[in-house]
Amino acid sequence: MDKILEVKDLHVHYFSNRKTVRAINNLSLDMQRGRVLGLVGETGAGKTTLALSILNMIRAPQGKIISGSIRFDGKDILAMSKQELRELRGKDIAMIFQDPMTALNPVLTVGDQIAETIFKHEKVSKDEAWAKAEKMLETVGIPGARAKEYPHQFSGGMKQRVVIALSLACNPRLLLADEPTTALDVTIQAQVLDLMRHLIRTYNTSVLFITHSLGLVVENCDEVATMYAGEIVEYGTVEQVFGNPLHPYTRGLFGSLPDYSEGAARLRPIPGLMPDPTNLPRGCYFSPRCPHVMPLCEELHPTHTSMDGHLVKCHLYQENANVEQPI
Amino acid sequence: MSNNPSELPILQVRNLKKYFHVSKGTLHAVDDISFDIRQGKTLGMVGESGCGKSTTGRLLVRLHESDSGSIRYDGIEVTRASSKEMKVLRTKMQMIFQDPYSSINPRHTVASIIGEPLKIYKKVRNMQEYEEKVHQLMETVGLADRLYDAYPHELDGGRRQRIGIARALALEPQFIVCDEPVSALDVSIQAQILNLLMDLQDKLKLTYLFITHDLSVVKHISDDIVIMYLGQIVEQANTEELFRHPIHPYSQALSSAIPVPRLNARKERIILKSEVVSPIDPKPGCRFAPRCNYAKPECGEADPVLREVMPGRLVACHRAEMFV
Repeated sequence: MDKILEVKDLHVHYFSNRKTVRAINNLSLDMQRGRVLGLVGETGAGKTTLALSILNMIRAPQGKIISGSIRFDGKDILAMSKQELRELRGKDIAMIFQDPMTALNPVLTVGDQIAETIFKHEKVSKDEAWAKAEKMLETVGIPGARAKEYPHQFSGGMKQRVVIALSLACNPRLLLADEPTTALDVTIQAQVLDLMRHLIRTYNTSVLFITHSLGLVVENCDEVATMYAGEIVEYGTVEQVFGNPLHPYTRGLFGSLPDYSEGAARLRPIPGLMPDPTNLPRGCYFSPRCPHVMPLCEELHPTHTSMDGHLVKCHLYQENANVEQPI
Repeated sequence: MSNNPSELPILQVRNLKKYFHVSKGTLHAVDDISFDIRQGKTLGMVGESGCGKSTTGRLLVRLHESDSGSIRYDGIEVTRASSKEMKVLRTKMQMIFQDPYSSINPRHTVASIIGEPLKIYKKVRNMQEYEEKVHQLMETVGLADRLYDAYPHELDGGRRQRIGIARALALEPQFIVCDEPVSALDVSIQAQILNLLMDLQDKLKLTYLFITHDLSVVKHISDDIVIMYLGQIVEQANTEELFRHPIHPYSQALSSAIPVPRLNARKERIILKSEVVSPIDPKPGCRFAPRCNYAKPECGEADPVLREVMPGRLVACHRAEMFV
């Protein structure tokens, strides 16, 4: 299949108090064109750092992309000039942030914010940009006349619709949606996701859908990647991963969910906590919490094992592998 | 709710109201609600932001004063209790807060946060007894002994929430209001805390009011459920019954909105119209009507009353019979 994004051997570090936070560790990930990839993991797993890296927005001196490559439609994002990046961001790759309250500029009308993006990226006049901004608002279910209003005049769900209109205004090829509905109430979340699904299909946009909710992944994604301590520990189609979760961490996530263990009186949480990213364990990063830990796990960091495209980074599966290949 | 006389409610709320006066008018935070909580059981209170569920929790332990209505706890009228009576009541009723980052004092050590109620209520006679009791509480909630002198900033959210739970347990209460105790936590930590709360309930025979917006959590932990919408109860039932067959159109929509993390569980979503209307000076009639897919003109005329439409099923909807 046609790849829209190829991340290879990515390492991203943050620096604080003379300590190095290893946020992304040797991460490789491919995204297929026109598909929705769910990225799941807990706070601190590095999900947002990955999204920011794809936009080459890791700020020095606090953070740095140490090594690796990110190719978008064949072009290396990490080698782009400032001018090329300005054209890329907002046009080819757009991002929806978690919190719609802070993603919008409070002193500009929502119409101005959407029109500005269109005006910067497309060869149109200011009036045409404004007209298109009104049309985008209508696409997300907001009357065009409200383009003259300021963000504080909208409710939370409406603001997130504005953010979606803003991100899709230039018809991006890749959309990075970072927890787009986490700040919203469930019935509003259902509305916003319904809208997003419809727009993604209409525009044939490829989406990286970042979430901590496995329930949202199964309903909205084609593929899924589980992230733990800065690396992808499992990757596959939704059918593969939900039908047969392989990595003990993915299984632990399922066991932690109240709805999944329906009927069971107790949840089966993962013991312990995420490792300290300034001091990661030597072997497998998950080994201190893993119920299946073996002596090998504490010594050697596992590599990816593939079973019909279902990838897992765990020593338990290393011998059963038919093909070994990095993703 | 059960009509079985052997299951006496420990807490009875009747016609409780709390209005806040804001610049735009009167905000009807809690508008005439009545419910019971059975001893040793968990009542789940569900609703979206701004529906008045946290205000209700705070009214019960009198962190807010109610405007009218009655709250009877174990035969005592909470709303009119004297400060002396309140002091006794507070040993029986405690609260666990949502945000473990802002609900504990960052300048105190773990031990002094947990032990403070013991000192205020003079529950211990000397330092040795105090230390023993604090160690015992830490063990109960699964906090390692070495954290005795640690400060909250050294700990993660899950451990901080354990401190909040230990503090709530210090006076050996019977009833705890849990206001979104796991919402700020990651799923694996959330599961640890939910298991802890359920174990404590078994061991200490606690009664909970569990306030949350997360339906899968409430389904897991509650015996009974009330669903709130803009300050009012729209449906009240036994948990199993409610999820098997939600009657109120809002309950139906909420229930359909739970994302289920299983293959082939994809279901028809009920997508509601528009958004929540303002709880400030609400118009008469059903407050859910503007979003309801079944609303008729008469729904905007009179307030629906919470009534029994089936044995054990209380629903506030003019057209409830349609969904029974």
